[in-house]
Amino acid sequence: MTATDPGRAAATSTGTRLAGLAGRLFGGGGPTVFALLIVIFALIFVMNPSFAEPPSLMAFLKAAAPLVVLAVGQYFVIVCGELDLSVGSLVGAQVVIAAALIDGEESRTVPVLLVMLAFGALVGLVNGLITTLLKVHSLITTLGMMLVLYGAIRLWTGGSPKGALSEAFRTAGRGGIDMPVVRQLPWALIILVAVVVLAIVVMRSSYGRTLVATGDNDQAAMFAGVRVWQVRTSAFVLSSLMATLAGVLIGGFAGVTAQVGQGLEFTAITAVVLGGVVLGGGRGTVVAAMAGALTIQALFTLFNQMALPSTIRPAVQGVIIIAAVAYAARERAGPGAQDHAPAAPPDQNPDREPAAT
Amino acid sequence: MRSGTRPTGMSRTANRVADVAEAPTTAIRRRLGTTELVYLALLGVMVGGAILVALQDKNLFSTANTVEMLSRSSLLGFIAIGQTLVILCRSLDLSVGYVVALSSLVAATTMDGDPARVPLAIAVTLLVAGGIGLANGLIISVLKVNPFITTLGMGLIIKGYLDTEYKGPAGAVPESFRQFGYSRIGFVPVSAAVMLLAAVAGILYLRKTRTGFHMYAVGGNAEVARMSGIRTGRVMVTAHVLCAMTAGVAGLLLAARFGTGSAEVYENGYELESIAAVVLGGTFLMGGRGGVAGTLAGVLILAELDTIFNILQVDPFFKDVLRGVIIIAAVAIYARRRLDVRASRARFGGDGGADGGPPPEPPPRHDDDPARPHQGGVR
Repeated sequence: MTATDPGRAAATSTGTRLAGLAGRLFGGGGPTVFALLIVIFALIFVMNPSFAEPPSLMAFLKAAAPLVVLAVGQYFVIVCGELDLSVGSLVGAQVVIAAALIDGEESRTVPVLLVMLAFGALVGLVNGLITTLLKVHSLITTLGMMLVLYGAIRLWTGGSPKGALSEAFRTAGRGGIDMPVVRQLPWALIILVAVVVLAIVVMRSSYGRTLVATGDNDQAAMFAGVRVWQVRTSAFVLSSLMATLAGVLIGGFAGVTAQVGQGLEFTAITAVVLGGVVLGGGRGTVVAAMAGALTIQALFTLFNQMALPSTIRPAVQGVIIIAAVAYAARERAGPGAQDHAPAAPPDQNPDREPAAT
Repeated sequence: MRSGTRPTGMSRTANRVADVAEAPTTAIRRRLGTTELVYLALLGVMVGGAILVALQDKNLFSTANTVEMLSRSSLLGFIAIGQTLVILCRSLDLSVGYVVALSSLVAATTMDGDPARVPLAIAVTLLVAGGIGLANGLIISVLKVNPFITTLGMGLIIKGYLDTEYKGPAGAVPESFRQFGYSRIGFVPVSAAVMLLAAVAGILYLRKTRTGFHMYAVGGNAEVARMSGIRTGRVMVTAHVLCAMTAGVAGLLLAARFGTGSAEVYENGYELESIAAVVLGGTFLMGGRGGVAGTLAGVLILAELDTIFNILQVDPFFKDVLRGVIIIAAVAIYARRRLDVRASRARFGGDGGADGGPPPEPPPRHDDDPARPHQGGVR
């Protein structure tokens, strides 16, 4: 629980806020992602000055919204020490369910949204209960859930999605409020801001602190009176609800195909880890996780600006991810890390030690 | 003590009830290791499957079906044997699927239809695969990047290379090497025989060699291993190199079966399937416990299930559902057993699992357990 805001403690102890900020940006650790984000944006602006105009920024944020929402959900799960591989197939499942149930009828939009929320919550609940009560590692639980969702949805639809989304449903993902300056304020952005605010509020509440404490050291959390299984299960439910929301946004933005959501789980996990959140839990902030998602989306935009052949993009993405995480790990791997994290296994999560800050 | 017990009051009662109910069987179950349990599960799948298949007037153990089952198992087997080593070290390799694809292409393009170049191609393929494993291992142990991210990123890098360089199948495999994919001795396909040999080598490696022992130590607790004088970094790198090389062998096998190298095979999701097979085989995902023998059974279970589904003509999508459920159920059963083992050694409870593992069970406190008199000291 002491590790919720390591950056702030560092800044006040050094005294000078500016030096603290620079140190936080470039000194390794979680906030490195902000530096990376700034660098990528600077590159995009240099290559294409018109990108700085509000309409293109709005378009960027609209496209980024689903990934940020997914990253928030994944953050909840990762920070409490688990992993959710089922979000990608859940996004796909929700889009296909929406299309099949709405079938183009406007009046069914709201009931179907409620069904989707209930289904999302159910998937999260099952993930959480299997992981906590049956003690199955969350990687396996959610991998199994991924297979089950993938198979069940295709079994139900016979291989290819059927039906159609209603216009009202698609508004959330692609519509917006017309207004001056930005031309159109996307609904997706409003939803995104709401999610961001909600996530920050949640993480500052006692529930959020409990979540981090559980990920940091669940035995200590348990002795402090935390019902660990309830906390973890609720994190899975939150993750699945966020995946549902992301499904609504993606369905509106991109429409229905059989491939929707494929591989999104890995992108979301990468975004969260890029934000300095440690796999294994207890470390990192939700704001940094969201910045990680924006960074990945910005990277995709940069690839577009550079007209990089689509085939080589994964390779560049892979190099940048490894380099960024290695850079962020630099501080922990250095000689100084030994005196505050002596008992952590050096090969994996060197800073899982609760006393690290 | 009082505040500590409150959250677990219910599960404690449940545990005690379970203990009482299972009292006669626990002694037997303790004597059975997880590996034996996995083989029992394999036997169960075979018997159950045979009955289901027999209901349709077919024979699960006919030569054709056995050959199919064994050749299904060989490809995943190679990958899973390597994956076992890295998982034992508390790492994991998500790049194996891409290594398989790359290896099949390297092998097929190097051979280029010339039988004389087969040995060269095998050497080059294993070298390339080993190089990727070396890179993975070094990034993990020297740069301290989480294995999940390292191997995910490495997979993306290879994917980018494959997508850019190869637009379709490339290379040609000479007939002599294609025998590796097709020929068989009796009812055992050559590929399966080689895979079984690799599994035996893996078992001996883990049981008889120093590095093999060290893998358990590193996976159990890397810091303790380091303080005991084990060069944890080297062990980790070795595991990753061997894992990538077995994936390279799987690539060779694919090249032999297809007669050409193919980039698309990375879409088959071998990485997750191999992890599932390893965990199904009773190896602990957080390292330090398990072995290749169990993995072999895990692979055979998955292959046997696939064969049964095929004979029964189960809808391919329903297969995915069943597979997901079976994997979760099997691991849940192992997890229950692991709790039993923990209970028998309460003194060491919560050691290895404390680092983001599966939620470590609160140290089991049986009221009649003299091993933990100091429990009351928890304020």
